[in-house]
Amino acid sequence: MKLGSYKREVSAALAFAALLVLVGFIAPSFFSATNLRDLALNNAPVLLVAVGMTMVILVGEIDISVGSQFAVCSVVAGWLAKSGVSIMLLLPCVLAFGAAMGAFNGLLVGRVRLPSIIVTLAMLTAWRDGLRWVTQGAWVENLPPNFQWFGLGQAFGQWLIVIVALLVLIGFSWLLRNLGAGRAIYAVGSDAEAARLAGIDPRNVVFGVFMLTGALVGLAALLNAVRFAVVPSNAGIGLELKAIAAVVVGGAAITGGRGTLAGTLIGVALLGTIGTGLTFMGINPFWEKAIQGGIILAALVSDVVLGRLEQHGRINPARTAAP
Amino acid sequence: MTDNALLSANDITKSYAGVDALKHVSFELRSGEVHALIGENGAGKSTLIKIITGAVESDGGEIKLDGQTLKHISPRAAKQLGIAAIYQQPALFPELTVAENIAIGLEQRGLWARIDWRERRRHAAELLAQVGAKIAVDAEAGMLTMPQQQLVEIARALGAEARVLIMDEPTASLSEEDTQNLFRVIRQLRAQGVGIIYISHRLEELPLIADRVTVLRDGCVIDTRLIPEVNRQQLIQLMVGRELSAVFPKREVVLGEVVLELRNVGCAALGVHDVNLSVRAGEIVGLAGLVGAGRTELASIIFGLTPADDGEILLRGHSVKIESPAQAIASGIAYVPEDRRRHGVILPMAVCRNITLASLDRLKSFGFLDFRREKEIAVDYTRRFGIKTPSIFAPVANLSGGNQQKVALSRWLVTKPSVLILDEPTQGIDVGAKAEIHSLMTELAAQGTAILMISSELPEILGMSDRAAVIHDGRIFGMLDRAEATQSKILALALGHELTETGAPAGSQTGQPG
Repeated sequence: MKLGSYKREVSAALAFAALLVLVGFIAPSFFSATNLRDLALNNAPVLLVAVGMTMVILVGEIDISVGSQFAVCSVVAGWLAKSGVSIMLLLPCVLAFGAAMGAFNGLLVGRVRLPSIIVTLAMLTAWRDGLRWVTQGAWVENLPPNFQWFGLGQAFGQWLIVIVALLVLIGFSWLLRNLGAGRAIYAVGSDAEAARLAGIDPRNVVFGVFMLTGALVGLAALLNAVRFAVVPSNAGIGLELKAIAAVVVGGAAITGGRGTLAGTLIGVALLGTIGTGLTFMGINPFWEKAIQGGIILAALVSDVVLGRLEQHGRINPARTAAP
Repeated sequence: MTDNALLSANDITKSYAGVDALKHVSFELRSGEVHALIGENGAGKSTLIKIITGAVESDGGEIKLDGQTLKHISPRAAKQLGIAAIYQQPALFPELTVAENIAIGLEQRGLWARIDWRERRRHAAELLAQVGAKIAVDAEAGMLTMPQQQLVEIARALGAEARVLIMDEPTASLSEEDTQNLFRVIRQLRAQGVGIIYISHRLEELPLIADRVTVLRDGCVIDTRLIPEVNRQQLIQLMVGRELSAVFPKREVVLGEVVLELRNVGCAALGVHDVNLSVRAGEIVGLAGLVGAGRTELASIIFGLTPADDGEILLRGHSVKIESPAQAIASGIAYVPEDRRRHGVILPMAVCRNITLASLDRLKSFGFLDFRREKEIAVDYTRRFGIKTPSIFAPVANLSGGNQQKVALSRWLVTKPSVLILDEPTQGIDVGAKAEIHSLMTELAAQGTAILMISSELPEILGMSDRAAVIHDGRIFGMLDRAEATQSKILALALGHELTETGAPAGSQTGQPG
């Protein structure tokens, strides 16, 4: 396919490149191995959640409960480890738990046809406050020694987390393109009624996407939790905003039907780097959120501008001429 | 004549994307007159109304109100001049009360003025009393029955001091009693000097309510007559009286076994009842009827969009249960929907992906999509049907209407359907693409596909179908063989008139129109 169909991804990538060049000139120490490793580690969970969020946004829905799901999954992972569940079993258990939470969203949005923004807003508070009530705010401590880094040691554990996150991204990117189900996600997001008339059941697609997102949140929570000796009960606050922002900056249409995981990767990288980049450039990090907000606005504005240009091309007869 | 004209449209011309909707139409409405406007689906009635109410702008000609030429009428300006329209489906805000609905557009108090609720309710009650409606002003509009909602709209039009009132099929969903009540209100308005444009398919009610009638056909005014001077038969003749303008590429096909059979199929929610219909392999059955008579609804039952709650559907003699489009597709049924731009294709998606969307199962190799195969299919169909596109990877949005329709058709032909349902297959596309789609249909029939074609264009029904089923009020009202089908017979059936034994529409004694 031509680069032209990925205008939005390309412009996000150019913005990211510009940021790297700027930081490189002002503060070359930004590119130290430790700093890059920290950046990658901090953003790996965001990336995993953003992969799910991309699919949710592609079908034209939204999930703002991922941060709370993340906290619940983290604590569940800690409890399971503490209660003696083996490290090998931890992963499937947490994935299943996350998937179940996502499936609940999917049921309400896909089947009962409730608006996703309200359903997941309710779930955002329900999971968060439910967790606070159950844990009484206490963190999970005294974890078995092999919980941290899965008992693999820090160096290898760190690599594992980053690699798993990237593999998931690449895997889902490939599946979105090569599976009928991936095609169905785009079709439902573009025009749910047309998809239904083509024999696709939008209800199942929406359900599946929410469930997958829950599972990815579970994976992200587990990979994040093993980095520390204790599991906090208030993890993932604001995670939903990071993920949604990354997806939008990566060029996906918030109305569904358009977007790629490559764009999401660039979005996560751009938004995840900017804070540290500012610190290295000697700018007060308090500006981070304001600048992130500016980037999101810029992405939306350029989306509209690009859309109008395309619209213009659409009525340009030269493009609809004979093959 | 012209000096007592309240509203006159002179030499109005309008075309949509090169298709003429109105050709030099002139129309005149006097005050204190009920002027009926009749014509087949697509004759140009709606376009004329839209121009008068300012919803669309005409390409040429002028509208005069009280002899004053109106330039660039906007819907708002039209309203202020006293032109009001009431459509078949009342356009009230269901969550607002009756009083609020009436007040919208009437009260000119600015956004920041305090609302005088007492005055608002008093005014609403007064207007409702004028139309003789017993409706509580505090009732939510959404809770009212259809006729009540219509009366609220008429009350609102009265409040706006409408001098021109346009009614688009107001009695289509009314009972006899409500119809009589509506007529009473109309007569009262007429006595007050309001000019009423009355659109209806119910020819039998015209003598009861109308003073004059204007017949539109193919975007032209055929005639304007005084109601006492014409009978229903003549009106039908005026509405259809045209020879087949296009040559249809219909071919004789040896019909095979019955592929699709409906036995007493109905769906209460869609208002379709007791439909018996069969389509044989190689046969094209035309499904005619007025808009809203239940044609598209019948298609959506067969395709599983709204499953039947009554009767039986048989495919090749076996009873099947079709509860979802996926099941229908698996059973070999394909449906090209009416609203192409919205549902037939997915506009932002590439041509090739649109073509394969209904047959992704066929593209799988080891569970994954085979892009080479997809490309082959897309290239094959774009070439075979002459789909003009810059590339098979271009979004369908970039294509012309006719080419979009060919993409929509291709999608279904890839599924190799044994039953193909086409809903208005050539609506709004140019003549060339139309002919291509017709010859495609002929070819498919020759290959043994059973085709059910819904169309509002009588020449298309007559030209393409082996049999024509005419649906009226959710039932198959008549079935005509190719040899016996004529435009006037189909139209008479569509309007709900039984045919007499000779096959002539009831009421005509002599001289059966050809």
